[in-house]
Amino acid sequence: MRLDRPSGVALPAAGAAALVAGSLSPWATFAGFPGKMSLGGFPGGARLFCLLLVAGSALFVVDTGGRRRAALAAALGAVAVVGLNLVALVDQGGGLGGPAWGAWLSLAGAGLLAAGAWRLPAGRAAAPDDWPARPASVEVAAVAVGLLALLGAVVWGLAINESSRFVSFLVFVGFTCAALHHLGLFTWLTVLFARRQRMAVALGGAAAVAFPFTQQGNAYWIRVFASIGVFAVAAIGLNVVVGLAGLLDLGYVAFFGVGAYVGALLANASLTTVHVHVPFLAVVLLGGCVAAVFGLVIGAPTLRLRGDYLAIVTLGFGEIFRITANNWDGLTRGPNGISGVPDLAAGGFNFGAAHSLFGVTLPGFANYYFVELALIAAAIVVFTRLNDSRIGRAWVAIREDEVAAAASGIDTIRLKLLAFAIGAFMAGCAGTVNAHLTTQVSPDSYTFLESILLVAAVVLGGMGTVPGALLGSTALFVLPEKLRSFQDKRLLLFGAALVLLMRFRPEGLVPSRRRRREFRDDAPAPAP
Amino acid sequence: MSPLLEVRGVTKRFEGLLAVDRVDLDVGQGEIVGVIGPNGAGKTSLFNCLSGLDAPTAGTIRFRGELLAGRPDRFTRAGVARTFQNIRLFPHMTAFENVLVGRHCRTRVGLASAIGRGPRFHREERESEARAGELLAFVGLGRLGGVVARNLSYGDQRRLEIARALASEPGLLLLDEPRAGMNAQETRATADLVRLIRDRGVAVAVIEHDMRFIFGLCDRVAVLVQGHKLVEGSPAEVQGDPRVIEAYLGAPTA
Repeated sequence: MRLDRPSGVALPAAGAAALVAGSLSPWATFAGFPGKMSLGGFPGGARLFCLLLVAGSALFVVDTGGRRRAALAAALGAVAVVGLNLVALVDQGGGLGGPAWGAWLSLAGAGLLAAGAWRLPAGRAAAPDDWPARPASVEVAAVAVGLLALLGAVVWGLAINESSRFVSFLVFVGFTCAALHHLGLFTWLTVLFARRQRMAVALGGAAAVAFPFTQQGNAYWIRVFASIGVFAVAAIGLNVVVGLAGLLDLGYVAFFGVGAYVGALLANASLTTVHVHVPFLAVVLLGGCVAAVFGLVIGAPTLRLRGDYLAIVTLGFGEIFRITANNWDGLTRGPNGISGVPDLAAGGFNFGAAHSLFGVTLPGFANYYFVELALIAAAIVVFTRLNDSRIGRAWVAIREDEVAAAASGIDTIRLKLLAFAIGAFMAGCAGTVNAHLTTQVSPDSYTFLESILLVAAVVLGGMGTVPGALLGSTALFVLPEKLRSFQDKRLLLFGAALVLLMRFRPEGLVPSRRRRREFRDDAPAPAP
Repeated sequence: MSPLLEVRGVTKRFEGLLAVDRVDLDVGQGEIVGVIGPNGAGKTSLFNCLSGLDAPTAGTIRFRGELLAGRPDRFTRAGVARTFQNIRLFPHMTAFENVLVGRHCRTRVGLASAIGRGPRFHREERESEARAGELLAFVGLGRLGGVVARNLSYGDQRRLEIARALASEPGLLLLDEPRAGMNAQETRATADLVRLIRDRGVAVAVIEHDMRFIFGLCDRVAVLVQGHKLVEGSPAEVQGDPRVIEAYLGAPTA
């Protein structure tokens, strides 16, 4: 590391000063904009993100790998945050009188920073040895801090209630991640996580278990995460089908629906056609098995098709399921669906009631949340162990070149059916829990759009990895929830976010090594 | 003793085109048999029938006396493995993983065992890995096991394809233009490799355009012209046959 010539630092220094000053000044001429933007002297609302992004200007005096791109990302992040808020201020303040001088000053400062970053010499790319290797204590601490930062970002994001500020937050997180990525942080963390896998998994599991205890009896986010859990199990199942075996299934939600109907029909709901009650554990397995049988029935004729043809046919089967459920009044009660599904109960333990544990009162949804965690854990074990076996290798081989796989002695039809059945099984299990969680099951919950969302979760998160499926389903569930106040523009924003992500990270948020190789030529090869 | 591979009257018709026309061919234990012919003579179509990728329109294929039919994986399990004219590796898997995939039909671990991870699973994985490592070393890629297949050089990709095919423990290996795109030195190395494969007890049938390669390597050569077998015999017999010269160069205008 060495210090740069001071002459090259004047422009960004002025920019950083302007951005700091602007972020501490009022941005709005009117009261009521989120973050008390009409008041100066403190960085409220989105101004905090700008202030944090100023930290990127340290790269002008520190020579490290990838610094030009990182500095540029930080500066452009500030430009984007100010710009978005300017648009909102103009929109809500009734014209150009809406934004105050602080906002314009911040924009100028961010612009200067970006110009300064643009003029930086290209320099070298980040190298692995920019970051410390070994001492075990450093590695352990880094894994823990990395997980904490992730959790911190999630908790911080969830606590932001105003949609406009949440969008600023997303932009801030996106550009910060881009900057850190160019500095090589994530490459380093990926290596560490791989080396300290057990510890990372244990810490992540502990954090997931601890989450309901942090909510002080407030059920809202526990409920949201219980719903995400259902979605995540299904996404892991779909990841077997799409991510490993490469079979694009656009009717996958039908398996989820089959499980939900099985769960609802065997729970002795108040408005139902079948009056039996089967113990819950048996129902979960039964729902999975019935869905798996459906998977085999649908797969047997369709899996001879490839690529787009398979996608279209599975789409058709998904619709057949929905329309059948909508019309088979004798079993599914048609469009009314089955409602009044009772809460789960096992051995006198009612999953719907609040329970006290370690002096903390947990709402009923926390019980479902823990059931989901157990299901996710099981799904993860199945996914990772299959992936790392001759079966997983055969799936990947089929995805890469089906003809070569067959010529290498792989019974492609049988293995594709197996992938279909396992994916369906997981979706079915998740569906049975969902029937109890939402207390009702009706055909309009299993539309084509839901299938698309699941596929999007897998692709967005990163095909073929568990963290990818978890992150993707969380993002796809939380984003629409958070963007709610944009109402009709919600799906548009959502779509824009997906397009941006696919443009800048086509391999997904957490891709598998193999998947990454398909998109990036510079992806590191494993050590021989 | 009956030959390892017995092809009788195999015919392949695509719409109006007769690609393979009543071909008989035997490959004996420990033999290297060459298949040559001008472009479009039906060599690869014949190999596709022999490896199960295409079902012949007529005719029978027997391997070790058993009738072969159905999907390609059955052919491979029975003991006929192949490589492709345009290399078909799994491009984003490592060389080692490519060979492991070739072990698929000789391993048994099922769903329960893969999830449960009992001692049987670990034993089989260890065996497969040892076998794959041995095969990589055998074809000369011992130190490149961790390299992603598409990053290997062209010649190494061809060798890796052979290692993957050998991983299925075949009795007969079908090589479709194994030296295409190679220089003289690599070609010699490939010929040596084919002889070593034969010495391991694997019979080889090879398609090639390089006459010196074929005649220096093969025990017997079959010439295909427009789908049917024109001549079959020792390299010397085939080289001296006027019909072969005519097929390649056209009839002499007297």
